Amino acid sequence: MIKLVNVCKSFGSQAVLNNLCLDIRRGEITAIVGPSGEGKSVLLKQLIGLQAPDSGQVLVDGTDITALGRSGMNRIREKFGMLFQNAALFDSLTVFENVAFPLEEKTRLSREEIRSKVHEALRHVGLSGIDDKYPDELSGGMKKRVGLARALLLKPQIILFDEPTTGLDPIICRAIHQLIADTHRLFGFTAIIVSHEIPDIFDISHRVAMLFRGEIIEEGPTEIFRNSRHPVVRQFIDGSLDGPIQFLK
Amino acid sequence: MAIRFLLQQLGGSALTLLREMGRMLTFLGYALYIVVRRPGRPIHILKQLHFIGTKSLFVICLTAVFTGMVLGLQGYYTLAKFGSEGMLGSAVALSLIRELGPVLTALMVTGRAGSAITAEIGIMKITEQIDALKSMALEPFKYLVSPKIIAAVLAVPLLCALFDVVGIAGGYLVGVKLLGINPGTYFFEMEKSVVGRDVLSGFVKSLSFGLIISWVCCFKGYTAGHGAEGVSRGTTAAVVMSSVLILVWDYFLTSVLL
Repeated sequence: MIKLVNVCKSFGSQAVLNNLCLDIRRGEITAIVGPSGEGKSVLLKQLIGLQAPDSGQVLVDGTDITALGRSGMNRIREKFGMLFQNAALFDSLTVFENVAFPLEEKTRLSREEIRSKVHEALRHVGLSGIDDKYPDELSGGMKKRVGLARALLLKPQIILFDEPTTGLDPIICRAIHQLIADTHRLFGFTAIIVSHEIPDIFDISHRVAMLFRGEIIEEGPTEIFRNSRHPVVRQFIDGSLDGPIQFLK
Repeated sequence: MAIRFLLQQLGGSALTLLREMGRMLTFLGYALYIVVRRPGRPIHILKQLHFIGTKSLFVICLTAVFTGMVLGLQGYYTLAKFGSEGMLGSAVALSLIRELGPVLTALMVTGRAGSAITAEIGIMKITEQIDALKSMALEPFKYLVSPKIIAAVLAVPLLCALFDVVGIAGGYLVGVKLLGINPGTYFFEMEKSVVGRDVLSGFVKSLSFGLIISWVCCFKGYTAGHGAEGVSRGTTAAVVMSSVLILVWDYFLTSVLL
């Protein structure tokens, strides 16, 4: 469904993605893991055209999105939903207005229909009765759930999750993972989750890919990945300080 | 060696300036394209009209009344030297309508609304709200730039008209009520000397100032750097650049419309 071919991306002299290749399969949950600062969020932004690669191809259903203009890119983006790291809710709008926003702008539904869809979406993520609250009145977990409700509303084929559980306590973290798994079962979208919640993320993903020094160094079904003998993967899963990943050098 | 270094620095600065100007003009071109093709919902434009226009009423009236009063005092002092105090109404009106009304209105709107526009868009950028709009396949210019440009181009001339009227009243207050000029003379001389071309000149100026304010302030927000510091620098740059552009553009327009 999505294929990255030899994607390179640099910021100044710092190469973040280096001839990266990756296949994302339709209908599956793929987790992209890796140490902080390795470019996982940059990788995610390449998939939806929020950043353009310096070279390489990003194929979505066979279309190379790096060659598209604004309108072509918008047609591709219709297939996507995205949950941002900090939820990226519109801070001048209430929760209801935030979730209703894509419906108001992209559909011709009546006010009543929008209201019912928004309430249904908020119910799905366990957040009824907070319509009139503003984003700065919500906790981190609630913001992420509102963001998820907004991302789900137009029933996209692909949803990108940029560290959906960062900064949350373990229980809310588990709850968000469960919510992603439940909504995936319900709606059947393709999910790409950037995360370093090891091993929790393995419980909900079908496949896992590890990004290290700008490349995917290991990719495969979760169970195989979990038992990988690759020294970098092993160190990352075990959370060991000794190994090829060196932070305190 | 030192000359070469100096030339390199100068060349580098000139290239940076040219690149920035190119980006600004591209931004303006695309913004105007969106204004024409997809201007945004009327409700978004009305909200911006309220923010830029209605909420500036107090500061505009306050500035205008004192500007008119100062013009009344200074004008009387100068004209009295030639025994032409009766021309005060004409001096106040022409100064306000042709020059001070449009320029001071634009500077006030820049300070009150322009800085807020930059800060709002800048914060939306650094908190990924603009990326969120793009990810929904929505055109951010349609929501963030187009309504602000339309509202500023409508609001600034209206505020300028109000500034002129209140300023003339301020001049009346000082000239007629304090300094004892005949009220009939004040308005008669004004009516005699102010022609349609003067009003048109002020109108064209304020229209273009509205465009300059919204263009520069939206651009500086859209290209704000990282974090709170980036937004604060963007906001300062927006106010400074808008103000300078207003004054420079005012000179060129005056020389053309005189």
